[in-house]
Amino acid sequence: MTTSISLRRFGPLLLSGGIALGLAQVANADELRIGFVAPTTGIYAQIGKDMVDGFQMYLDEHNGELGGAKVKFIVEDEQGKPDTAVTKAKKLALQDKVHMLVGGLLASSGYALAPVSTAEKTLYVVSVPAADDLTQRDLPKYPYLIRTGWSSSQPSHPFGQWACEQGYKKIAAIGADYAFGYEVIGGFQRAFEACGGKIIQKIWPPIGTKDFGPYIPTIKQDADAIFSLMVGPMALQFPKQLAASGNKKPVIGGGTSYDEFVLPSMGDEVIGHVSTLQYSAALDNPKNEAFVKKYRAKYGKVPSYYSETNYTTALMIDEVMKDNKGVFPGAEAFIKQLNAKKFDTLRGPVSIDEMRNPVQNIYIKKVEKKKMFGYDKEELWNTVIKTYPNVSQFGQFKKAEFLATPVYSRDYPPCKFCE
Amino acid sequence: MNSQTFKIVAVVVAIAAIAIVVPNTGSFVILLATRALAFAILVMSVDILLGYTGLASLGQAAYLSVGAYATAILATRYHIGLGWDFWLVLLFGAILGAGLAAIFGLLAIRASGVYFLMITLALGQCLWGLAYRWNSLTGGDNGINLRERPKFGVFDLGNELTFFFLVLGVFCASLLAMYTLVRSPFGRSLTGIRERELRMKILGYNTWLHKYIAFIIAGMFGGLSGVLWAHTAGIVSPVNAELPTSVDALLMAVLGGSGTLVGGVIGSFIVFGLREYLSTLVPWWQYALGGVYVLTILYLPTGLMGIPERLRQRRSGLDKQPGAKQLAPAVP
Repeated sequence: MTTSISLRRFGPLLLSGGIALGLAQVANADELRIGFVAPTTGIYAQIGKDMVDGFQMYLDEHNGELGGAKVKFIVEDEQGKPDTAVTKAKKLALQDKVHMLVGGLLASSGYALAPVSTAEKTLYVVSVPAADDLTQRDLPKYPYLIRTGWSSSQPSHPFGQWACEQGYKKIAAIGADYAFGYEVIGGFQRAFEACGGKIIQKIWPPIGTKDFGPYIPTIKQDADAIFSLMVGPMALQFPKQLAASGNKKPVIGGGTSYDEFVLPSMGDEVIGHVSTLQYSAALDNPKNEAFVKKYRAKYGKVPSYYSETNYTTALMIDEVMKDNKGVFPGAEAFIKQLNAKKFDTLRGPVSIDEMRNPVQNIYIKKVEKKKMFGYDKEELWNTVIKTYPNVSQFGQFKKAEFLATPVYSRDYPPCKFCE
Repeated sequence: MNSQTFKIVAVVVAIAAIAIVVPNTGSFVILLATRALAFAILVMSVDILLGYTGLASLGQAAYLSVGAYATAILATRYHIGLGWDFWLVLLFGAILGAGLAAIFGLLAIRASGVYFLMITLALGQCLWGLAYRWNSLTGGDNGINLRERPKFGVFDLGNELTFFFLVLGVFCASLLAMYTLVRSPFGRSLTGIRERELRMKILGYNTWLHKYIAFIIAGMFGGLSGVLWAHTAGIVSPVNAELPTSVDALLMAVLGGSGTLVGGVIGSFIVFGLREYLSTLVPWWQYALGGVYVLTILYLPTGLMGIPERLRQRRSGLDKQPGAKQLAPAVP
């Protein structure tokens, strides 16, 4: 009786203690340990899989080595929650003693992982989280952070200019009600109004909205075009419902509204819609064609930007490690070196600015139904119709002025022309 | 009384064991143990409502998040709570939790059973919605990062081990407080309400007031656990107020055994261990966790702490049977 009670009480303790002690791993000095944080379970599981697959594909193409160092690729599940991301990152840093953390998905995960990198003095390569301030106003707090993906408003700045060139004068914006939505639309508004356009309406459906019935009828009739920023299931539903409501206005939007992650599931209602991002699976160059064909053959789907950004991140790590002959030079030296290099990647030429965010091509892409890359079926592709080269996170704006204004939010830039 | 003393001794020994074993494991295990202990205070508060008062609440995460957000906002915006005033913030978190429970309780306590479950769920969601949309205060879905931990005197809570002992200390104090509460006449009345509320009313007890006060006390401990949670997690976001967090607390209380305070702690350690630790070892951890829940509900409705009792019952049941067989033929 006594034994069974003690066992019940101490069992879990003994078990966890035993596991912990038993797992005191001897870290191999020659390997490069990379801790990859992605949501492999939960509602973002498919995106997490794309992220892991993208990175893994690069590793497989290079025999599991980056720059000559054998890579120990440890994937931990953050479930799309910042708390869990922090726990896993700490486990990777403290227990697995990884040389670098890569990944995170949401902006909230990015904001959660950045302080962990500072506290544990571990390199954090931000391949996906696009939160603007990570490499803007908050940068001094994160000396061990460098971004290889994008910032939310980065594609929006040239896009605003493009919208002016199309002759649009008034645009109604509708976007997911959270920080990412604010930053993408905010960047677009700043750029569009700087060249004479007017944002006449901003609608914010909550993230995860599936029924846009309350929102679509309120879109102002005198708008020349509609700008939408949708993510995930919202991106699938909105164009369908907009088309069903009889919309005839041109529709433009942020990259995640039409990214290859959702595009294959969309119907003909999105043909002609224009969006912007630093990547499109339809980029017509030999490198990308090879990538898309190989990825599709291996994983059964067209790569999304989530796959591409992690593949490109692996490439960048590879190049830096090559310079160091396969020996990790320490977090600070790594950042310095990565920062100084120029890369020739799938998405085009990429360099990193002095605030550790990429400077890269921004593509304006239009959804078209066609055959591409020798595939025999007609499918939806994001055809690139214009390229803006060398776009930084500040776009056409001066860095000092930009940083002096507050971060894009629900109320910034203020809606001066909203009636 | 003997079994009661035995239980107390067992708990003391278990806590001592935790205090001795955990520091000798890796920093990750210390981190998990600290998390589990901080959350366990919330789970024990859920147990007071569920196990002792008979009220199953799906909104207790609201009190954790109120304490957590208060800590985060005070620390990042006003730099309060990073020195000796950490203890003031701890108190403030508890008061905030109690205050919120006082307001919500006015709405919730009028109901019982499934309706209580639904009202507390709705109230919890209200708070989640506030945390999500009140961007200027809560940072919205980006949350608030706590970059540093308090330092006072010789204690630097930034040191994981020091913080672990602090959380263990607060946990023990909470356990003691709740134990005293549960064994007091007030606590006994709560148990009576759980058993048969109508009878308690007939006996003259103001059952509404008893339940209301229990609700406030649970909210108070929820707020307290929130302050600790903010510091151990390092980030406070609407996830702390969302429904799954409340469900977690409830499930942990049921898993460990409702109506026994320490059951919540066991539930907390098991779930955290399975979720955060097993998940780093194997990809099928969710099956393991789900399996544990299902098996507990099916075969151990009184939770893990109920195992000794069931063993005792089964044993005494076996003793009775031969006697019954002997009696039966004698009856004409």
